[in-house]
Amino acid sequence: MLEVKNLHAKIGDKEILKGIDLVINDGETHAIMGPNGSGKSTLSAVLVGNPLYEVTEGEAYFNGKNLLEMKPEDRAHEGLFLSFQYPVEIPGVSMTNFMKAAINEKRKYQGLEPMNAAEFLKLQREKRKIVELDSKLANRSVNEGFSGGEKKRNEIFQMAMLEPKLSILDETDSGLDVDAMRIVAEGVNKLQTPETSCIVITHYDRLLEMIRPQFVHVLYKGKIVKTGGPELAKEIQEHGYDWIKEEIGEE
Amino acid sequence: MASEKQYIELYQQAREMIFSHAPEAMNAVRDQAFEDFKAKGFPSKKVERYKYTDIQKLFEPDYGVNLSRLQIPVDPYETFRCDVPNLSTNLYFVVNDMFYSGERREVRGERIPLANPQLPEGVIVGSLKDHFSLHSPLSTLLSKYYAKLAKTSEDAVTALNTMLAQDGLLVYVPKNVKVDRAIQVINILKATPQNAQRQVPDLMVNRRVLIILEEGAEIKMLFCDHAADDRNFLATQVIEAFVGDNASLDLYCLEETHYKNVRVSNVYIDQQANSRANHNVITLHNGVTRNKLDLTFSGEGAECACYGCVIADKEQHVDNNTLITHKVSHCTSNELYKYVLDDKSTGAFAGRVLVEHGAQKTTSQMTNQNLTATKEARMYTQPMLEIYADDVKCAHGSTVGQLNDAALFYMRQRGISLKEAKTLLQNAFINEVIDKMQLEPLRDRLHHLVEKRFRGELNKCEGCRLCK
Repeated sequence: MLEVKNLHAKIGDKEILKGIDLVINDGETHAIMGPNGSGKSTLSAVLVGNPLYEVTEGEAYFNGKNLLEMKPEDRAHEGLFLSFQYPVEIPGVSMTNFMKAAINEKRKYQGLEPMNAAEFLKLQREKRKIVELDSKLANRSVNEGFSGGEKKRNEIFQMAMLEPKLSILDETDSGLDVDAMRIVAEGVNKLQTPETSCIVITHYDRLLEMIRPQFVHVLYKGKIVKTGGPELAKEIQEHGYDWIKEEIGEE
Repeated sequence: MASEKQYIELYQQAREMIFSHAPEAMNAVRDQAFEDFKAKGFPSKKVERYKYTDIQKLFEPDYGVNLSRLQIPVDPYETFRCDVPNLSTNLYFVVNDMFYSGERREVRGERIPLANPQLPEGVIVGSLKDHFSLHSPLSTLLSKYYAKLAKTSEDAVTALNTMLAQDGLLVYVPKNVKVDRAIQVINILKATPQNAQRQVPDLMVNRRVLIILEEGAEIKMLFCDHAADDRNFLATQVIEAFVGDNASLDLYCLEETHYKNVRVSNVYIDQQANSRANHNVITLHNGVTRNKLDLTFSGEGAECACYGCVIADKEQHVDNNTLITHKVSHCTSNELYKYVLDDKSTGAFAGRVLVEHGAQKTTSQMTNQNLTATKEARMYTQPMLEIYADDVKCAHGSTVGQLNDAALFYMRQRGISLKEAKTLLQNAFINEVIDKMQLEPLRDRLHHLVEKRFRGELNKCEGCRLCK
């Protein structure tokens, strides 16, 4: 699914990723944890092609295609999805029009005809149920006036609509109450298939207990310094990161 | 005085001809307009209200003026089908500056009578010339209004228009009469007669509109400007609107011309007590456009809303200049103008709200927001408040910026191409002002037209055969 080799990236003059290696196979769920500022969000931003970041070295292949050469929209069409840590408000663009544009551009990329209105509305209705999203939000502007929880559920709703192959959830659990987190986690689980994969970026073990990744990576100072199973997340929850820093010979 | 010279000479040489093809009431103010024009001359860019548009240069080229009132044989129904669907309007045409009075039209080879729009009793929508010439009590009344708001001593373009205009549009709504169906006036610019063999000159037209709403009268007016052939046009326009006590005027000016078109429009609105006026100006396609609005509150408790939206690219130029004068207390004015400028286009907005002595309890809001899509696009914005009363609530502000990068990227991550994402955001930006416009079918139509415009699919006017 995804193969990242020695990936380096910077924003402005500041190098943030200093050689990331990561392989994700079909059907796998990986968690990425790490202290603030270690580069977790940068990794997700670089993978989806945020123009603010510059890749200085390394490679990334997505289902055999060179990811770094693709425009952000084409990466999306190929099946890459990012649930934003801070979903952007877009005043004046309704959720429905936004989703319609997204779906139809993807269909165009795949050589399909645009989806007709009835079909689209039906799809939207079905997918909204997955994250228990109020249908009233469909007529509102994208994320405008949404509560924190609604914004995050809206991200998962979009994921459900677009059916990506690889989803990156960037701190989707932050700012969510227990119930909202359960809804989001259940939503993500429902969307998982043996053909799809998921990267979950989080600070907390709670979401991982519900999503259950097979692999947990610790990102520190722009590198993956430790990889383990779900038990690693528990250890971090209990002991913090200091013991890992000690292990790699720091402090 | 270089660019004035040709108009001065034209007037001196053709004075008799101008007079002979125009009604007395219009002739009565003509010589004074000429004197004012001669004395004043076109404003240079040093004149405050004209600093963003070079009027002298615009009037320099040699344009033909149809003073002998030759009918350019045009069947507007044949050349033009730019209606606003779902908007049931009373439709009128002004071809160049002449009220179109063709009584029949050809439909599938048959000549059928022109549908006579149904208007409530006493309402007049017609040729200024015809109604001035009737010598009825009404024509005496009209003379009292004509060229009163549009002072020739204060604006050279108004003076020029007054000295050359020979006909125009009259709209009269008697006391307490409400015209439900909107009046749609299609202004067609056309220099070449159908099947013309010879080359025709570029054309200057001087449009004139007089709107009189008596006490409690209501009307909705939609003016659509189109250029129906590929010539250089210079159109001056003076609209005078008297809005009586409790009366209501909804005015929409939609321009969809082409890059060879110059439009200089001066709109004057006088509002009496408790009246309402909406002035909406939409520039979708143009060459050089200058729209001036002078709105005065003469009676207490009146309200106005002025909305403008501009979409420009290539080297188009759009300048909106407004002056709202609060002469009396308890009036409310609201302005919102939004521009999207692409390529090397230039936009200007200069708005001034003048609150005179004693105009207490004035509420006024003026907002101008602009998007520049390129480094070459230029926006000049100048919101001004001048307040001589001490118990008022006034605000003004303006912004110039670019599309939100975070929003663009968010959309691209969802698979929406950069181009489409830009279109969606620009649309959303302009829709904020369109959504404020009152005429609902027009609003829907504008959403559609604006979207097409941003997609580059709207070339001049839709439905016009000549443009296709």
